[in-house]
Amino acid sequence: MRLRHGAFSYLPDLTDDEIAAQVRYALEHEWPVSIEYTDDPHPRNIYWELWGLPMFDLHEPDGVLAEIKACRATFPQHYVRVLAYDARLGRQTTALSFLVQRPDVEPGFRLERVEGPDRTQRYSVRSYAAEAPAGSRYPVASSHGPEPT
Amino acid sequence: MSLSQKTGFALHRPGAGSPTAVPSAAAPVGDQTPAGAAPMLDPEVRVNLADDEAATRVRAVLGSVDADLVGLAGVKRRLQEIAALLMVDRARARFGLSASRPSLHMSFTGGPGTGKTTVALRMAEILHALGYLRVPRVHAVTRDDLVGQFIGHTAPKTKEAMAKAAGGVLFIDEAYYLYRPENERDYGPEAIEILLQEMESERGSVVVIFAGYPDRMETFFSSNPGLSSRVAHHIGFDDYTQDELVAIAGRMLTRDDYRLSPGAVQAFDEYLARRLRQPRFANARSVRNALERARLRQANRLVSSNRPVGRDDLMLLTEEDIRGSRVFATLEPDSQTNIS
Repeated sequence: MRLRHGAFSYLPDLTDDEIAAQVRYALEHEWPVSIEYTDDPHPRNIYWELWGLPMFDLHEPDGVLAEIKACRATFPQHYVRVLAYDARLGRQTTALSFLVQRPDVEPGFRLERVEGPDRTQRYSVRSYAAEAPAGSRYPVASSHGPEPT
Repeated sequence: MSLSQKTGFALHRPGAGSPTAVPSAAAPVGDQTPAGAAPMLDPEVRVNLADDEAATRVRAVLGSVDADLVGLAGVKRRLQEIAALLMVDRARARFGLSASRPSLHMSFTGGPGTGKTTVALRMAEILHALGYLRVPRVHAVTRDDLVGQFIGHTAPKTKEAMAKAAGGVLFIDEAYYLYRPENERDYGPEAIEILLQEMESERGSVVVIFAGYPDRMETFFSSNPGLSSRVAHHIGFDDYTQDELVAIAGRMLTRDDYRLSPGAVQAFDEYLARRLRQPRFANARSVRNALERARLRQANRLVSSNRPVGRDDLMLLTEEDIRGSRVFATLEPDSQTNIS
């Protein structure tokens, strides 16, 4: 199952140049960009781990791309996304969020049905990958095994 | 992609292709050619270097450098040479000749107030006009912005400075402070190492300019041979002569809507002659400071005169405004040279 998360998720994966163009768009609007990664992409897991600090006062996307590459190198099988935060008064929210890396194998989610009081039906979503302990959820497809955390 | 301009790492300027984005001989020319990159020329074609649209922009920048900056003949000649070299490289690229990105990192050495920062701004404009920089921006840093305070602090700081300068010029003022031989635990060498890495990388879009006073830059480069060899252009800034300083003062005054009375012109000449003999003379910066203080004295004179003032009074710096300087309080220039 292909995770649909954030903007552009129904498009083919963005190339680095396309990522740079999106980052440039964010920087032109003076939205500081930050990078987050996780191996638990549950829909309700909205705060991922922050990679470094948000990057302020940039004018060009090179610095962000360098950090994205460093994050990919450290977590080759994690989900990595780029966030752009609009700090303007009245908005103060994430203005743009899109994935820049996904694991090779995405096992997807299981829909669980739970019987509630008075025969109500409650649903929950459980990630198959999250059954494994953190750090070994998305093993590298080749032979090196799970990467250390 | 519908975004024809401003895509990713492309130049941030409409109508100009990246000099490196020339299709190789094997690559099919035609639909795949990115917008802005001209197809490769036949070997027999002759191109006029002056017809290049970048050449027109460069001439405009060089012309304004010539007009705006007094003196600095050596620097202007070097700027012209560098611009010519880059223009030839662009032409070579159009013929499909090897056109690796030339090394553009520079060092500016010269006394205080000789215009290193100003020329760095112009250099950014020239490189941008030629398509070697995406933006004509100069990010000026000093040791504080590059070197951290504890282990592991330096690398992120230096990389952050590089990220902020991306696509433009990283101007390292007083670069010799990066290297402190007297303290072997200093983190400066780590910053230099990271700078070198980034300067080497082909993808790097930053042009690094090291600036500082000549004698100390000499020891800085001699103690970092790797650095010196990676800096392609060493440009020396000479101190200004007295005539050039007078011309600079004239421009500063015109820019700020001031003028000197005939007596004040004479007095200012004498002032410079005396000031040049004194220690810690900082060329154009000292001239600016002298004029600032003359403006203070003029303001004081106008306020204490208790008379209505006209437009001309507000513009005019008189002889007494200049002669009020502390420099005139010392001995005569001739007797001073006799003593020393």
